[in-house]
Amino acid sequence: MSNEKNNAVANYAIALGDDALVIGQRLAEWCSHGPFLEEDLALSNVALDFIGRARMFYQYAAKVEGRGRSEDDIAYFRDAREYTNLMIFELPIGDFAFTMVRQLMLDVYSLAFLEQLQQSNDQQLSAIADKAVKEARYHLRRSAEWVIRLGDGTAESKQRAQAALDEVWGFTHELFEVHDSEVTLIEQGIAVDRAQLKSQWDSKINQVLSQATLTRPEDDWSTNGGRDGLHTEHLGQLLSELQFMQRAYPGMKW
Amino acid sequence: MNQSLLPLFEVFVRSKRGLDHKHVGSLHAEEHAQALEYARDCYTRRSEGVSLWVVKSSDIVSSQEEDAESFYDPMNDKPYRHATHYILPDEVDNM
Repeated sequence: MSNEKNNAVANYAIALGDDALVIGQRLAEWCSHGPFLEEDLALSNVALDFIGRARMFYQYAAKVEGRGRSEDDIAYFRDAREYTNLMIFELPIGDFAFTMVRQLMLDVYSLAFLEQLQQSNDQQLSAIADKAVKEARYHLRRSAEWVIRLGDGTAESKQRAQAALDEVWGFTHELFEVHDSEVTLIEQGIAVDRAQLKSQWDSKINQVLSQATLTRPEDDWSTNGGRDGLHTEHLGQLLSELQFMQRAYPGMKW
Repeated sequence: MNQSLLPLFEVFVRSKRGLDHKHVGSLHAEEHAQALEYARDCYTRRSEGVSLWVVKSSDIVSSQEEDAESFYDPMNDKPYRHATHYILPDEVDNM
């Protein structure tokens, strides 16, 4: 592979790793704060799945870029402006309804994305997708059931689920906007054309929302810029917690 | 959410094909489907099993302490009823 192509693939893997690490860290915030013990464990398991996925992407990026960085260097020694996750991943956990509604948006997207990434010409990306797609199916099963339970539940759970949906909705559009850095990789059959995932996402989301008796919001606002390193104010706070130990004691191991 | 309102389920795991499902513990869940998912998360994350059962604890009928005399004591002097009374060939792994 040429240097230019190597860099493009490494940056692509880092962006996918950022998506996974940031949501993994968010879900981990529920650890010991879950609504009850069983759900606490289940949420932490999902968090660990995402952190494991981030590691696979970062390890591959570190190898491809060949700059001597490790997966930990990539995770712990970049600032918010260098993180290229899409913004929906970094939003605070909010209440349990927000966590689950956002998770539904992401799980439907991730499953469709990973099924496409399995077809990638890049063998390593395709192998990572093979591994991750199994847990993604389970994540979606969980979040869909929860959104239906909350939406079609009590008056309060329905109101909270609808409020969460209204709040997160504008952040979902970015999931399907192809970034400039991905165009060539898509042509080479390496990256996933995210714009192509939208109709599949729509039909699954509509199906769950109708079962949950929730109202699909209007598409009247949206955000973008995550892949350019533009973020909400929440990412910096997340990273300060995530990175504190390695920043205070660089290279520390335990 | 008040956990005491959630029903209790007993969890059984089959550790590998050919073996029986064994009771491993219990958990709270809304209904059977959710109980099965929590069982996956609580009891099979380290490859402990290939199959799961969940049963509502309230559906289990159990013998009582006062049944012991008529239920179990008569068997104590009949060791030949136990499989362990017989010497097994080495080839038989799980009995």
